[in-house]
Amino acid sequence: MAGDPDIATTAKMVVALAQAGVDIVELGVPFSEPIADGPVIQRSGERALRSGANLPRILQMVRDIRQESPVPLLLFSYLNPVLRYGFERFAADAVASGADGALITDLSVEEAGPYVSQMRRQGLDTVFLAAPTSTDQRLKRVAELSTGFVYAIARAGVTGAREQLSAAAAPLLGRLRAATSLPLAVGFGISRPEHLTELAPLADGVVVGSALVRCLEEHQQDPVPHVADFARWLREGFKTQRHEPIHKSPIHKS
Amino acid sequence: MAKHSINKAVKGTDFQDQPDQGGHFGLYGGRYAPETLMHPLEELESAYLKACSDPAFQQELEHLLSRYAGRPTPLTLASRLSDHLGGARIYLKREDLLHTGAHKINNCLGQALLARRMGKGRLIAETGAGQHGVATATVAALLGFQCVIYMGEEDMARQRLNVFRMRLLGAEVVPVKAGSRTLKEAISETMRDWVTNLENTYYLLGTAFGPHPYPLMVREFQKVIGEESRQQILEAEGRLPDLLLACVGGGSNAIGLFHEFLAEDAEKVAMVGVEAGGRGSQLGQHAARFHGGSPGVLHGTFSYVLQDEMGQISATHSISAGLDYASVGPEHSMLFDSGRVEYTTATDSEALEACRTLSQLEGIIPALESAHAVAEAVRRAPSGKGQVYLLCLSGRGDKDMEILERELRL
Repeated sequence: MAGDPDIATTAKMVVALAQAGVDIVELGVPFSEPIADGPVIQRSGERALRSGANLPRILQMVRDIRQESPVPLLLFSYLNPVLRYGFERFAADAVASGADGALITDLSVEEAGPYVSQMRRQGLDTVFLAAPTSTDQRLKRVAELSTGFVYAIARAGVTGAREQLSAAAAPLLGRLRAATSLPLAVGFGISRPEHLTELAPLADGVVVGSALVRCLEEHQQDPVPHVADFARWLREGFKTQRHEPIHKSPIHKS
Repeated sequence: MAKHSINKAVKGTDFQDQPDQGGHFGLYGGRYAPETLMHPLEELESAYLKACSDPAFQQELEHLLSRYAGRPTPLTLASRLSDHLGGARIYLKREDLLHTGAHKINNCLGQALLARRMGKGRLIAETGAGQHGVATATVAALLGFQCVIYMGEEDMARQRLNVFRMRLLGAEVVPVKAGSRTLKEAISETMRDWVTNLENTYYLLGTAFGPHPYPLMVREFQKVIGEESRQQILEAEGRLPDLLLACVGGGSNAIGLFHEFLAEDAEKVAMVGVEAGGRGSQLGQHAARFHGGSPGVLHGTFSYVLQDEMGQISATHSISAGLDYASVGPEHSMLFDSGRVEYTTATDSEALEACRTLSQLEGIIPALESAHAVAEAVRRAPSGKGQVYLLCLSGRGDKDMEILERELRL
């Protein structure tokens, strides 16, 4: 979450993650009611809110990061903070800050029209989620509204690191390949290099959230080097596979 | 803000035709949920629509409503209260007499029958005051479901008796310790359980709120309140009431009463919904969404929400746990914007005083939620000479004895 433990540390962490070989960084905008998140991300959001993080400050932080790193940045939020900010203003300010796109957890494709059109006007990517529960018809719609990549949810449930990969990931990625030529990223429950090894042939990118935030939580005093080391350790999982980095995808057009 | 998110405002007498196919009540409602829940919501909607057109489903529901829950509920003329106030004649729709002590059972029976048709074995629900939790635990026992109720720790403390009732009925009550530890957090936690256990679990949402089809479905299961009321007031008075009154938390008892009368001219049948005014008008001290809230998305629907300028959801306060929530059913937001329904507030102390008044003049102890509607009747009735008021007494006050004892010091 952006602002956990504070905005300045998040900015340093993003730069360090990029140096550690992370292809895209998702910046979570904290929200008081994180209905899709497990305990680790919930606690991170609470810390971020307590540190005073909010959308304007996060956009300012994106500007600051852009002075140091071209790493693709995806804003990741629940709908209400963005709705309150205003879609038009959000898209304009996001592009001005140097962000590459956004993903709104609780914005269904059915309700996404006004948001997507403002994002398109500014040339920002809109990433949507695909779930194991999504029908093929829904996957088609998710792919149509997504640009940059599609985010495949590996398991039905809330966010959280798991020891074992979900069996639902592979069939979902297969169905998505049939529905779209966009790159596919897969997330939810991914916490170990072996998971990356296993997913590398199936997806174009792997999203690690809770496992990274848990590392941050365990090293609140000095999180930046630990989190960067953790990302390097995870990337070991790709060494055994030929990996086409996802930042060759359209999201890296900025 | 937010005006762009939407389709069309509703005018005139279109109110009864809402929502549209996407679950929109004019500008409000809809289905704002994580993708994992979207198809389960589609499945729920189609199972619900199928059940609606199945006479066997309707028959079984009606049977349970009458033989198990105790419908129809009476319409009681509150003579001494009316005389005391010296104006309008006040009738009480006695949902407090239903099994489990509130209107919540109407919806729980309907949804539990639906859950059974969908082949689910486990019911989960959020609860604020515990009335919906008790009603859910009750239907779970009746129909043989496993049952888990999420309740904020703060609410568990203030509605201790209902927590024990749920446990006695065989339900597991899970304390929710996040945030303000009230209904808002309990709903978030129930949604997390649902998204994790979709296969065998039915989310029995307790009010006309949340993503489509819940606001529609809950209204339809509660509209029996208004349908009976129309018939009963015509029998008693030979005419329709001049004013309908109901408290509004999520707003299911209110919409259950109002819906039947929405097509009537506002001059003929006026309506007032009463929100929790809490301790004062400062953000965080009340739960009056139409007096300090603005449109936003919380828990799956677009409606009025108490929030700060950054879109973070505000803490709320009410002496009544059942009204203590930061948002409100989307149909009410439509009705508020249109002016068809007026929304007022009653403070904690007004509700307490109204509770004492009704208890001592009528021998009816209202739930603190319903006491907010009584407070509004007390305020208006003196200037309502010759008028007929119909108030939904949505629940009884047994669950509130500890609070009443502490606050009223009799």
